[in-house]
Amino acid sequence: MRLRRAAAVNAARLAAAVSRASGRGGTALPGLVATAMDPDIIAALASQLPVGSVIVAGTNGKTTTSRMLAAIVTSAGMKPVRNESGSNLARGLAASLVRRAGPTGNLARADRAVGLFETDEAALPAVIRSVRPRILVLLNLFRDQLDRYGEVATIAGLWKGALQELTGATIVANADDPLVAHLVQTTEAPHIFFGIQSAPESLSGLPHAADVKACPNCGAPIDFSVTFVGHLGHYICRTCGFSRPAPQVAAEDVRLNGVDGSLFAITDSDERISVALPLPGLYNVYNATAAAAAACALGIRLCEVRAGLENVTPAFGRMERLEIDGRHVYLALAKNPTGLNEVLRTIESVEQPLFLLPMLNDNIADGRDVSWIWDADVEMLRGRVASATFSGTRAADMALRFKYAGVTAPAGSALWSIEPDPEHALRSALSATPRGERLFVLPTYTALLQMRGVLTRCGLARPYWEE
Amino acid sequence: MRLSLVHLYPALLNLYGDRGNIITLKQRCAWRGIELDVIEIGLGQDFPVSEPDLVFMGGDQDREQEIVIDDLRRRHGDRLRHSIQNGTPVLAVCGSYQLLQEYYKPAAGRELHGLGIIPAHTVHPGPGVPRCVGNIVIRWPLGTVVGFENHGGRTFLDAGVQPLGTVASGFGNNGDDGTEGARVHNLFGTYIHGSLLPKNPAFADLLLSLALARRYAGATLQPLDDTLERRAHDAAVSRAR
Ligand SMILES: [Zn+2]
Repeated sequence: MRLRRAAAVNAARLAAAVSRASGRGGTALPGLVATAMDPDIIAALASQLPVGSVIVAGTNGKTTTSRMLAAIVTSAGMKPVRNESGSNLARGLAASLVRRAGPTGNLARADRAVGLFETDEAALPAVIRSVRPRILVLLNLFRDQLDRYGEVATIAGLWKGALQELTGATIVANADDPLVAHLVQTTEAPHIFFGIQSAPESLSGLPHAADVKACPNCGAPIDFSVTFVGHLGHYICRTCGFSRPAPQVAAEDVRLNGVDGSLFAITDSDERISVALPLPGLYNVYNATAAAAAACALGIRLCEVRAGLENVTPAFGRMERLEIDGRHVYLALAKNPTGLNEVLRTIESVEQPLFLLPMLNDNIADGRDVSWIWDADVEMLRGRVASATFSGTRAADMALRFKYAGVTAPAGSALWSIEPDPEHALRSALSATPRGERLFVLPTYTALLQMRGVLTRCGLARPYWEE
Repeated sequence: MRLSLVHLYPALLNLYGDRGNIITLKQRCAWRGIELDVIEIGLGQDFPVSEPDLVFMGGDQDREQEIVIDDLRRRHGDRLRHSIQNGTPVLAVCGSYQLLQEYYKPAAGRELHGLGIIPAHTVHPGPGVPRCVGNIVIRWPLGTVVGFENHGGRTFLDAGVQPLGTVASGFGNNGDDGTEGARVHNLFGTYIHGSLLPKNPAFADLLLSLALARRYAGATLQPLDDTLERRAHDAAVSRAR
């Protein structure tokens, strides 16, 4: 066993060195080598993490929440071990652990290392089995990539089974998501709920893209008094009495500040902190509150959480800002109706006319079905868009969504175009955006990777594996 | 001119961008100076007293299908059957296409009885059998229809029932006999979403012209500039190969 693990670790480290030297980066090869030589390597190495592991699961916000939690634990003196998003899950996990292991095949003992692993919805059961987390963060369940994962209810069923496999773990769960809250309340595991108490930008009732309309307990229609993001909000079932549990860690007095961030307070039973979060939108308030709750579950005091949250920088492509030819270019991943709605709500709060580059791909990692764009509320951009360049394999579908939303070119404008190729699209969008203005690039997942590739080739961005 | 559309169970049956179909019908009316009133009928609400010009029903998650079927049969069954026999154009996508058939036999559990308006039935071949998922192109009298399908059940039309079209690429009703969807009078049942109508403007205009002709004798639809629609249609067809 020991020898096999040491051999696997050393072979994987060699593979990583070769990948880096050849400039390809990424985690696919070392992870593949490690798991092929020792199928139990993830379980063996994860069990050696001195602080244990945190798993972060949910449709939207995994990457940003992990990043926030990494910033918090770092300022509390721990060392986060993270898996990169985007790579194959098992291989990414293996690669992140192998990087910390020595030639004997064991993790270095000295540091207070904590595993922070984000996982796809569908992979949660397998990851729980191999990592045996100390904390499991359940963010939300939205409709995403239906052709890949099946329906929201299917994922909820899968998670229900996965929660039975937890031993000695604490669940940190979103009180404002009825499906998540119901799941957690039907398990024996200890849990901490987080949620948003009050925010001015809340919506009364459900937006169109809401994915949960029926009570997860009895199936009757569920009442929302307020929603913040998609179906996340305050709810009660008038038929069976199931309602939002009171969160132990809560955000309140939220003030959004456009694309630049937000101000709010986080409270638990003992403390109250004010946070100036440098990431925009209510969705990031949820992510920050989830990260704060997970930190509390790790024994970190709320007063230590603040520094971490205020130092966080956007994750890869999550309203990430670059300066190109005098334009402020923002990359904002928009991969499902709720995600796109939240990005649109954020950019719509900008005062100036908008310059946009929506990129719609239909590759497997995006979900091959693009019908989700019709569930997003593009209508909110009516009269606000000065130029739009549509790109991606299904650029014309997105252009059509804008047309039917009544978001069209100003009369006689040449600033409305379809450029399926990402590099041509970027060039065309930049030339349509005056110097000093903001250009918002709104890509699906694989389109974001392509755009990052274009920017890297032009020397404008670092490859993501160097982050 | 003014038309009315009944949208049945908009909250429960709206899985695959079904709203795109309503938005498309509404805008293609508006661009021609026709007002389209959309009447949303949810669970526990009765059908409007006056005859609608169009009816739309969308797709669903399995859980919602069971909630819907009893209400549908009790409240709307007779009216819907009557309207369809009288030639009211109806579009039923995916889950609701199944609800209008004789019965649905799930992988496990009891048979679900539909309204029996479409002489057809659907069988789920079991949890181990892959779903019919992917881009789909069919040929029909107006050219091609393109979109996306995602269904576990396999639908079999009774002898003599007219399919919507023949499959050029994809699965269609059952992946076997080359048929997709069904047409009964002016009821169009189909597995195609994506959304269906935005990039199949001929389909949208067929529904609208059927509705218009019944309400205003001799009225015709003005043509629209469908350059962008055709571009999206062609791009989707090329992704389906
Ligand atoms: Zn209930």
